[in-house]
Amino acid sequence: MLLHINDLHASINGKEILKGVNLEVNAGEVHAIMGPNGTGKSTLASVIAGREVFEVTQGDVVFKGKSLLDMPVEQRAREGIFLGFQYPVEIPGVSITNFMRTALNEIRKYRGLEPLSGAAFLARMEEKKKLVEIQSKLTNRSVNEGFSGGEKKKNEIFQMAMLEPTLSILDETDSGLDIDALRIVANGVNALRSTDNAIVVITHYQRLLDYIVPDIVHVLYEGRIVKTGGKELALELEEKGYEWIKKEMEGR
Amino acid sequence: MTATTLNHAETFDQLFKEKLPVISRNDLASLTRLRNEAIALFNQNGLPGSADEKWRNTDITRRLDLDYTMHHEDFQSNLDVEKIFACEVPDLDTFLITMVNGWYAYRNSALRILPSGTIIGSLGRALREAPELVEAHLGKVARMHNNPFVALNTAFASDGVFIYVPDNTVVTKPIQMVNVVDHHENLFMQTRNLVIVGKNSRLELVHCDDSHNHTAGFTNTVTEIVMGDNASVDYYKMQNINDQSTVLHSAWFHLGRDARLNSHAISLNGGLIRNESVVTLSQPGADANVYGLYLMDKKQQTDNLVFVDHAAPNCTSSELFKGILDDYARAVFNGHILVRPDAQQTAAYQSNRNILLTDKARVNTQPFLEIYADDVKCSHGATVGQLDAEAMFYLRSRGIGEENARMLLMYAFAAEVIGKIGIENLRDRIDDLVKKRLRGELSICDQCVLHCSKPDQPITFDIDMSKI
Repeated sequence: MLLHINDLHASINGKEILKGVNLEVNAGEVHAIMGPNGTGKSTLASVIAGREVFEVTQGDVVFKGKSLLDMPVEQRAREGIFLGFQYPVEIPGVSITNFMRTALNEIRKYRGLEPLSGAAFLARMEEKKKLVEIQSKLTNRSVNEGFSGGEKKKNEIFQMAMLEPTLSILDETDSGLDIDALRIVANGVNALRSTDNAIVVITHYQRLLDYIVPDIVHVLYEGRIVKTGGKELALELEEKGYEWIKKEMEGR
Repeated sequence: MTATTLNHAETFDQLFKEKLPVISRNDLASLTRLRNEAIALFNQNGLPGSADEKWRNTDITRRLDLDYTMHHEDFQSNLDVEKIFACEVPDLDTFLITMVNGWYAYRNSALRILPSGTIIGSLGRALREAPELVEAHLGKVARMHNNPFVALNTAFASDGVFIYVPDNTVVTKPIQMVNVVDHHENLFMQTRNLVIVGKNSRLELVHCDDSHNHTAGFTNTVTEIVMGDNASVDYYKMQNINDQSTVLHSAWFHLGRDARLNSHAISLNGGLIRNESVVTLSQPGADANVYGLYLMDKKQQTDNLVFVDHAAPNCTSSELFKGILDDYARAVFNGHILVRPDAQQTAAYQSNRNILLTDKARVNTQPFLEIYADDVKCSHGATVGQLDAEAMFYLRSRGIGEENARMLLMYAFAAEVIGKIGIENLRDRIDDLVKKRLRGELSICDQCVLHCSKPDQPITFDIDMSKI
């Protein structure tokens, strides 16, 4: 098992957001986590990635047999976790090239590998750029600075391709995308699917799942995963709306 | 002479009376008159204290409270400049002018006249060989009122650099002035530079302060730069001195019609560095960009005082000063823009941004816009903050360790100013030095600030930030 989340409780400023999340992800799987706004989807992604503002009060997140909770954020990334940001951060003055080269070489160092040569790095950049149809100019620009919504999300998937993580959590990668960009981003993600890695897609809408077809769909509601099913669950949600889940939960 | 503390104004007055015959040995009568006027002005107000608005955050008397030696005539016989300072610039092709311990290194040589008619030499020599040029401009741009150190410099300085670029002349190579301090005594040095750039002419000037040992030097330099109509000057001030040393530098720019100035002050190391830039846009169409970057740690301090005087309509000015302060370091930014009543259609911008890495570091930033015209566009902004926490998280979430993430962000912050440097080789060199400085690897060098990286010993970093 790649990821095992067990009874995870997390809070921010004393307010509990996650109230006992259980989740198991195996290599080769694509999971989708759906749910209405404010139910803890992004919090779950942040806690796995290691955002420090959240306090884990109970439970554990185990990745490849190691608990992530005591690891600083960079170490989780070096272990193979990747978070695709809902709102990628603009960093003026840091070029994507320097950013990726630094990141890649630090990850390689952690894994006992030699740094990639300049030529090999460049070749990799070229190859991965094509995956998300990035124009060559993009890579010499500062990270996300002045990027359109679509460019920012493409850049997230480009980074994912560069770093080759074992577990990618894509937090609302579809938000702010027009239909063409959505298709490009989804194609990129699909190209990165393999039997060795896993992808967790967090989304409101079924739309993205037409392109990235999940093996397993979960519904997160009020800090817990309340429903798990196959890809047909997403279609059912689309049809019935989240009111269906709310009513069902209240009826319990 | 014997070493003495200089924290009393009377000491300077006594020294002046005693040494005037030596100081004024090359003077024209008008210059000696100016010296007397200067010392009288200095005596009126004495050394600045905390009651003076511009010195509120800078204790200068403490820095004068050491035993200094002041030499009024050249004291270095048979000095072999090559031994102290060998020029090893692989890429930066410049006309090099070296000042050693406050004195023009090749002081005995005649003024150099380039084929274009450009004159380069010591101010002392120019007083004898080109008195009419010197007399027409010296002391005309720098103001002594309310500037005790300019007054002091005017009273005492008898050497420095003189550059004259005739009309319609492009000086093809940058001129590089290096002030090297390397002496066993604590020296108190006052040098005076005069740069005249004629109509339609262009000059790139690189001006470095560098200390080679750990004695406490005190340098009080005044540079006057006179720019004719449509003249263009790129001025680079680089400072890398030891923690015991003080550099006070005031640069006075006078711009004619449609003249263009780019001024850069890059302060990497120093006990106290105080740069005052005074820019007078005297005729319509003049344009000035004034940039600064300061990276200070320990108990270092950098002050930047900028005064831009919009004295004519249709002029533009832009200021960008950025600083990163670590440990107990301090910085002062004082930016004054004056738009005079008839300076309509003025556009003037000012920005001072600071990052404090510790809660003990301190910055005092004071923007001051004084506007008497109504048809103007002016803005100013000042920020003091920490590194962006969101950006830190983003970088770290990709596997970049905290230290390197901080480094990337600090470098990115500084890069905006570095990017304004127009000479490519100089920009690359400064870029290297800033990275080195941010990693804490840059100390005072055995070479000038520009020569730290020797071609056979490339600077290496954990982060490869080289352009690919």
